[in-house]
Amino acid sequence: MNRKLVTVITEAALERDLIRELTSLGIGGYTFSEARGRGSHGSRTSSWEHSQNLRLEVLCDDARAQALMQRLREGYFDDYAMIAWSHDVDVLRPEKFP
Amino acid sequence: MPALDPVVYFFLLGLLAGFAKADLRLPPSIYEFVSTVLLLAIGLKGGVELARHATLELAAQVPIVIGMGVVLALLAFAVLRYLGRFDLPDAASIAAHYGSVSVGTFAVGVAFLASANIPYEPQLSLFLVLLEVPAILVGIVLARGAHAGIGWGRVLHEAFLGRSVLLLLGGLVIGWAAGEQGVAGISPLFIGLFKGILALFLLEMGLIATQHIGGLRKHGVFLAAFAIVTPVVFGTIGAFTGSMLGLSVGGTTLLATLAGSASYIAAPAAMRTAVPQADPGLSLAAALALTFPFNILIGIPLYQRIAQWIVT
Repeated sequence: MNRKLVTVITEAALERDLIRELTSLGIGGYTFSEARGRGSHGSRTSSWEHSQNLRLEVLCDDARAQALMQRLREGYFDDYAMIAWSHDVDVLRPEKFP
Repeated sequence: MPALDPVVYFFLLGLLAGFAKADLRLPPSIYEFVSTVLLLAIGLKGGVELARHATLELAAQVPIVIGMGVVLALLAFAVLRYLGRFDLPDAASIAAHYGSVSVGTFAVGVAFLASANIPYEPQLSLFLVLLEVPAILVGIVLARGAHAGIGWGRVLHEAFLGRSVLLLLGGLVIGWAAGEQGVAGISPLFIGLFKGILALFLLEMGLIATQHIGGLRKHGVFLAAFAIVTPVVFGTIGAFTGSMLGLSVGGTTLLATLAGSASYIAAPAAMRTAVPQADPGLSLAAALALTFPFNILIGIPLYQRIAQWIVT
């Protein structure tokens, strides 16, 4: 029973929107952590609220991972600093991550 | 020319360190802490004073002050859209920043008046809160049109329950309810340390300002000119509004400072979610990297002169 790990790095302003997307996809578990770095939107230093970056990690099944990536592509990529990727992972207790 | 207030030197130190790419970084939690203390302190101070002499004339002043915020945002929008040929979302977003106000600039204005022993009316802290939100709402309506489907619940939540409005308003209410004696126990932190905290805040803002100056590369010359000319014009409008409201020289100076300042805490957060198409780099570069330094170095002393000239 393989699971996908979806990782998203984006602006901290989107935290609440992302939680809403996850909840509506039936994903009840996720991890946010602070991040900083540089990309096509310039330097995101996390030194204050308007340059704060987040890293979101989600374990879920393939269908949910694809649906999540689809929503990110349609709703956020045009206007926000955001990158996302997913890959297969071996997870202990996979039944915890529908 | 009088010597600059010592807190302003901290800002210059931050700018210098930022430009020199020095290895100076305050932890983000320090920035959050000092800005929280500043917002609460300004609210508390205003609330205590308001409780002592709340007046009926205040009721007449409030709508005029809110109206000024709306007019300033519309003026800025017209200039950016039709003179600067900015895209609609960018023009609306920058206009929201310039119609709204900067708490940091206000705090420096308060410190400036205190050093010069110039008194001001207590309601200026209330005006600060009142001026934060209307321009943001104007910017959102300009960018998206007033039709349905905007998700106003979300927008209003962002505008009214953002950190700065919540803490300022909370401080005002606490100060007003507790009164001077009630606040005495916490005043060593909020009143006694005000200038020290402000100095730390300005050091951090100096560092951050240098990170955002890159946004000027696009639209450089026009936006740079806008960021310097607008505070002077808006500050003058604020000074005339202040004298129309019957404020003292100190109060008029602060209202001019508010009018001439551009938001970089409340407006960017609200515009990022409400008007995502707007490039936040442009408005932050203008408001934070140019207008804010201009105001604390040149603007505030200038507004005080204008106020002196108009009121007396």
